[in-house]
Amino acid sequence: MTVADRVAEVTRGGRETPRVALLLGGLVLLAVTAVLSVGVGAHAVPPTEVVRALFDPRGTDDHVIVRDVRLPRALLAVAVGAALAAAGALIQTLARNPLAEPGVLGVTAGAGFAVTVGSALGLAGAQTGQLVFAVAGSVLAALLVMAVGRRSPLRLVLTGVALTAVLNGIALGLRLMLPDTFDAYRFWSVGTLAGREQAPLAVPLTAIVLSLAGALLLSRPLNALALGESVAQTLGAGVARTRTAALVLITVLSGAATAVAGPILFVGLIVPHLVRRIAAGSVPWLLLYSMVLGPVLLLAADIGSRVLLPTGEVPVAIVTAFLGGPALIWAVRRYGAGSL
Amino acid sequence: MSARLTAREITLRYGDRVVSTRLSLDVPDGAFTAVVGPNACGKSTLLRAFVRLLRPDDGRVELDGREVGGYPSKALAKQLGFLPQDPVSPDDIKVRQLVARGRFPHQSLLTVWSAGEEDAVEEAMDAAGVSGLAGRPVRELSGGQRQRVWIAMVLAQRTPYLLLDEPTSFLDITHQYQLLALLARLRDQGRTVVAVLHDINQACRFADHLVAMRDGRVVAEGKPADIVDAALMKDVFDLPSVIVPDPVTGTPMVVPTLQGE
Repeated sequence: MTVADRVAEVTRGGRETPRVALLLGGLVLLAVTAVLSVGVGAHAVPPTEVVRALFDPRGTDDHVIVRDVRLPRALLAVAVGAALAAAGALIQTLARNPLAEPGVLGVTAGAGFAVTVGSALGLAGAQTGQLVFAVAGSVLAALLVMAVGRRSPLRLVLTGVALTAVLNGIALGLRLMLPDTFDAYRFWSVGTLAGREQAPLAVPLTAIVLSLAGALLLSRPLNALALGESVAQTLGAGVARTRTAALVLITVLSGAATAVAGPILFVGLIVPHLVRRIAAGSVPWLLLYSMVLGPVLLLAADIGSRVLLPTGEVPVAIVTAFLGGPALIWAVRRYGAGSL
Repeated sequence: MSARLTAREITLRYGDRVVSTRLSLDVPDGAFTAVVGPNACGKSTLLRAFVRLLRPDDGRVELDGREVGGYPSKALAKQLGFLPQDPVSPDDIKVRQLVARGRFPHQSLLTVWSAGEEDAVEEAMDAAGVSGLAGRPVRELSGGQRQRVWIAMVLAQRTPYLLLDEPTSFLDITHQYQLLALLARLRDQGRTVVAVLHDINQACRFADHLVAMRDGRVVAEGKPADIVDAALMKDVFDLPSVIVPDPVTGTPMVVPTLQGE
């Protein structure tokens, strides 16, 4: 029995071959993008050397670049891409709104606000400091939004939007008054992977991996919840419990991703939107495809960020928007806007 | 008449509005029970209390002598299947996938989809007459087809109880009768069916046990032929009428006497 057969049997009695084939195709695409991402840059490394550096390192310049800089950065892109896309898939499922993105929980605004305040107090100078402030800010903001808006998806979104406006307003005021703070914030806020691979990433990456696993475990109750609250409850799915767990996962995923890479939340809007047709109403498949395509998009954008300018780099968030925007328009024109 | 599912002196409330006070009702095992009454008389509320979507302020809803609130969620979901008025079909979902979600209470976090699960889904689609639609997107179906698909979803739950809140609303008359005939067949196969219905004549024709409610109280209950008369229609619906035998089944048929000017 091949792997594909096995996966097909596990997921739905062998009736899902096209979806499994697409998932495997996505994984191949991910592998190709990852190898490219490790090779391309100011100093190009041929794919053969990339592979050799991974499996038979000799300490040459090429190998050091690959192992110490490019590989951590690619892994970071994979983790951040998967985290944002999965968080987006979760919030769109929960809010039953294909326009929802993880930012509606106030996560981005909370992180930005905290980094601004941290810089103003002179505590968020180093990457570690910024990371700590960003994580704390996003988690606190999300907790506040959840506490106020937990009872219904609509209240949740409204609370998140309101809190985002307030936090952004205060942070903007602070930055206008304190030019040094503005400079420090600006560096964080562009949303980039460049140099971020040197930060202490063990904690955020572990949180992301655990949360991705948690999201897959939660996908069956979420499948039930997608049928409406009454049906989910009478199927025994525990509506309040499922919703709270999903919110916690969204917070951790988008908070960790935002903390390490800055605001690149567009990935969380577009990726689930691109794959929802193939997923055809199934939350587990939506999550799986998002977790594969999110990294592909971010890796591709990161490659673009390195090669678009002859010198220096374009922040990856900008490239993501350039790549993702047209893709989103194409998806909407091709398939309609779903339940918009 | 035995009854595993009962409400004992329950008081039901939405926010500040008290819907029912000290209401008691036994749901006869293996029968088709229809609950009728004017709008906002508390019939849907009662159904929601039976399936634990609403907890009584006072009194107890019991299944096998044990309060439903005391059951673990999935254990209760293996006993009571419920179809609300407004279930949500996810975008793009296909019939088979929707029906498969009824298997939720039988699965654990890591259960692998198995042949047994597949059989339950096939059987449910077969019973509801939607096997031929298995691969179709739910949103492309007609109202009648969609309602049968949802019933298949509840059937996949494999519960001895089937509680449905106004399952015939929004269906045209042919599909209404087909759906009621389907519920009667499910009763014949041993399930206990409880449905909130709007049409008193349909209720009389298909139900074994009729519960007439008004203002949160049960005004009368029993075999339709035993309880439906002009006085009951006046008490429950404020509707002057004559009762004649249904020419097809002989069950009571309500003919209102109100006429146009």
